[in-house]
Amino acid sequence: MSTYTRKDFNVLAEQHYELRPVKRGYNMRTLYVNVGTRTIAEKPVSETMKAKFVGGKGFGLKLLWDGTRPTTKWNDPENEIVIAMGPICGNTNYPGSGKSLVVSISPLTDIPIDSNVGGFFGPFLKFSGFDALELQGKAEKETIVFIDGNEGTIQLLEAPADLPTDTHVLAELLTHAFAHDEKDLQNVSVVSSGRGAEVSPLGLLNFSLYDKRRQGVRVKQAGRGGIGHVFRDKKLKALVVRYAGVHQDSNGAANPAEVQRIGLKLHREIVVNDDRQCKMRRQGTAHLMEVMNDYDLLPTKNHRYGQDPKGPEIASWVWEKLLSQHLPDGCWYGCTLACAHAVDHFELQTGPYKGQKVCVDGPEYETAAGVGSNLYVYDPHGILELNFYCDTYGIDTISFGTTTSFLMECWELGIINAEFTGGIDLSWGNWKGAAQILHDMVERKPFGVLAGKGVKFLSQYFVSELGADPQLMKDIALHGKGLEQSQYISKESLAQQGGYYLTNKGPQHDEAWLIFMDMVNNHLPTFEKKAEALHYFPMFRTWFGLQGLCKLPWNDIEPADNHKYAEPNKVPEHVQNYCDLYTAITGEPLTPEGLILQSERVYNFQRLFNIRRGYGHRKDDYPPYRAVGPVLPDEYFARQERYDKQIREKIGLDPSTMTVEEKLKVIREYRMKQYESLVDAVFARRGWTMDGCPTPEHLRKIGMDVPEAIETAEARIAGRI
Amino acid sequence: MIKYLKTDDSKCVGCMTCTAVCSTLYFKEDNPAKSAIQVQDKGRGEFHLVACDQECRKCVQECPTQAITVAKTGVVMINKNLCVGCLACVAVCPIGAMRFFPGHRYPFKCIACGACAKECPKDALSIAEKEETAESRAWAEVIAAVAQPKE
Repeated sequence: MSTYTRKDFNVLAEQHYELRPVKRGYNMRTLYVNVGTRTIAEKPVSETMKAKFVGGKGFGLKLLWDGTRPTTKWNDPENEIVIAMGPICGNTNYPGSGKSLVVSISPLTDIPIDSNVGGFFGPFLKFSGFDALELQGKAEKETIVFIDGNEGTIQLLEAPADLPTDTHVLAELLTHAFAHDEKDLQNVSVVSSGRGAEVSPLGLLNFSLYDKRRQGVRVKQAGRGGIGHVFRDKKLKALVVRYAGVHQDSNGAANPAEVQRIGLKLHREIVVNDDRQCKMRRQGTAHLMEVMNDYDLLPTKNHRYGQDPKGPEIASWVWEKLLSQHLPDGCWYGCTLACAHAVDHFELQTGPYKGQKVCVDGPEYETAAGVGSNLYVYDPHGILELNFYCDTYGIDTISFGTTTSFLMECWELGIINAEFTGGIDLSWGNWKGAAQILHDMVERKPFGVLAGKGVKFLSQYFVSELGADPQLMKDIALHGKGLEQSQYISKESLAQQGGYYLTNKGPQHDEAWLIFMDMVNNHLPTFEKKAEALHYFPMFRTWFGLQGLCKLPWNDIEPADNHKYAEPNKVPEHVQNYCDLYTAITGEPLTPEGLILQSERVYNFQRLFNIRRGYGHRKDDYPPYRAVGPVLPDEYFARQERYDKQIREKIGLDPSTMTVEEKLKVIREYRMKQYESLVDAVFARRGWTMDGCPTPEHLRKIGMDVPEAIETAEARIAGRI
Repeated sequence: MIKYLKTDDSKCVGCMTCTAVCSTLYFKEDNPAKSAIQVQDKGRGEFHLVACDQECRKCVQECPTQAITVAKTGVVMINKNLCVGCLACVAVCPIGAMRFFPGHRYPFKCIACGACAKECPKDALSIAEKEETAESRAWAEVIAAVAQPKE
């Protein structure tokens, strides 16, 4: 592999900026870069912006709103990719504090997507002097944006023609090219995508961190919603930031000793409790595998089933053996929860890198379920290989898993065959077939390109081009708003159906994960209680995105006495930690209620962003039926006792006198009616009209009274948009 | 071999000479909270001396930036230029020998310099050497297992 030095990158534009330390978590300026016009500019952050939008996703959405029009499409030059951090981001004491929030108009959903990602880029960008990076325009030449946070320079550079695009090669080359010497490698972080993202709207962004022990670059993913596709469409090859000098108080905290105190308290809690709780330090999120399989929640064969006897073949203990142990595998300094594990020296069996030994980042639970059980793949090697190629090609494992499982089901149902797939065998469990889709995608072969378009497109295409049954396609294409559903079975939890589909961006579990509260522990027996949970948890979890935080240290580690609190599901002690941490860094007081209010403002603004673009109606918030109940007779038979019981007890009919078709019909009617009642209750609780629009009164009450928000709500209610 | 500060609780009378020497040497003030050697009062005239045994090296394993390394003498050292002050090392130390002072950017620990041992009036402290063990070598084996082979 050839190497590159700084001299290999022609300077297209350059600007110097004044270096200033971060004060109380903020720089109070953002960086605007237009790669089309080659404009580089600083934008001040106003006190109003700080008060109303807080930071992170709030800043991202505000900048994206101001930078685009209601009609802007994902591939218009004016679409933006905004990477924003938040006031708490970058502190090294509290675990999970290194997250960046990326927003853009999504090629999958045509509305704003937001994705929460680790890696060093966000903290380094923040300490370089900016609260956000706003990228706009389309470059003429393959472009790299380079920010040197020590020298105070921003450069637009032309990527050499022979520079590879796949992340595991590109990020390594750029890290070495932009580091001053070997010791400086850890001070460089790269954002890149891959060849898959050039053709597929499932494209993602990889954020790198230099791993000193492995002496190599590792990556974390801003996976959801196709931001990598936007990135490559802009001819952005990579973003590179260099910042040396991170220290305990790089955030300029109001009370650095208090930041230490709160952080150390959680470090100790993790060190003592993690082995007895989630084992994140050993297994990462893959610790969930057998739990989900045991509770009938692990997606199997395109979410038809939630369980399989083969489940234990990809259980947590299998991953624990494969993942390298006893390493501080956090995705940012000071994260002792350390879930960012990797499999080292993994030999690839397929594709252009066949035979090479690589480091595979993961698998996370979502990946192990998405390209594992959901494809009926129970071979850990297959999962790891799909994981690796998705990452390096810049493809989201969640969307790819859900799309491929849909294709495999269509193969089983006889809708597609080998002639259609260009010879790829898509039988359940054939991971090499799934890998071939990825390889064909980057080779731009017809089926690879088609498969990369995602579930919504494919389900409509199979109706129009192959004469597939429209209702069946609608039922089994697991997406909401165009975004593929993530990897939990939601059939038996009405609250989780809402948790997936009453979301701003589409069915991603980061807003609410209520399955255990609802289905297992029956803590949400009424519509009102479900609605309260579907208010509180999405608002609470939104706050992580405003601050640059990770969700995991909130409830994947809990205080030993958490069960003694009145509402243990909220992990009250950790909520107080967050309030205290915010105050210690910003100097501003914050109560748990104030925390929810900060989120509620931004959450409603995001809903209004959808509305501004012509979406955000009630009709946009419905699930495909596969996410609600059994679509096919064999799904019914697999859980006949459960469904018969429901027909008898909830619907009041006698299942013994009914055909399976009749039973499927009444179950469906009953469950969809339940969903309607849930929507009514949730919209009411959120202060929205029954069509899902925040009312101007509610916006004023919560303080989201910026003119564009009020005007948009009034226009929707008046029927103008 | 591992150089370390050997402690003998049975000889300690709690005079705090060692903490004064240590904190004055490294922090220019006599303050037990800033001393790498700690004297814990057990009551009834008994004391427990706490200092890094240089052997378990859990902090070396945990440090995200490899600011904590093992010197040729076997002593565990903190490089302040690399330390980001996360305090993960403080949390994993099983005996509380990795210390920090609130508001200071870096943790600190005993580096077996021997200054306190020289001044101890009761010979409760001394600089000694011991053999490496499986535990003391574990951190290096972890790195050897994952490092990418050099081309």
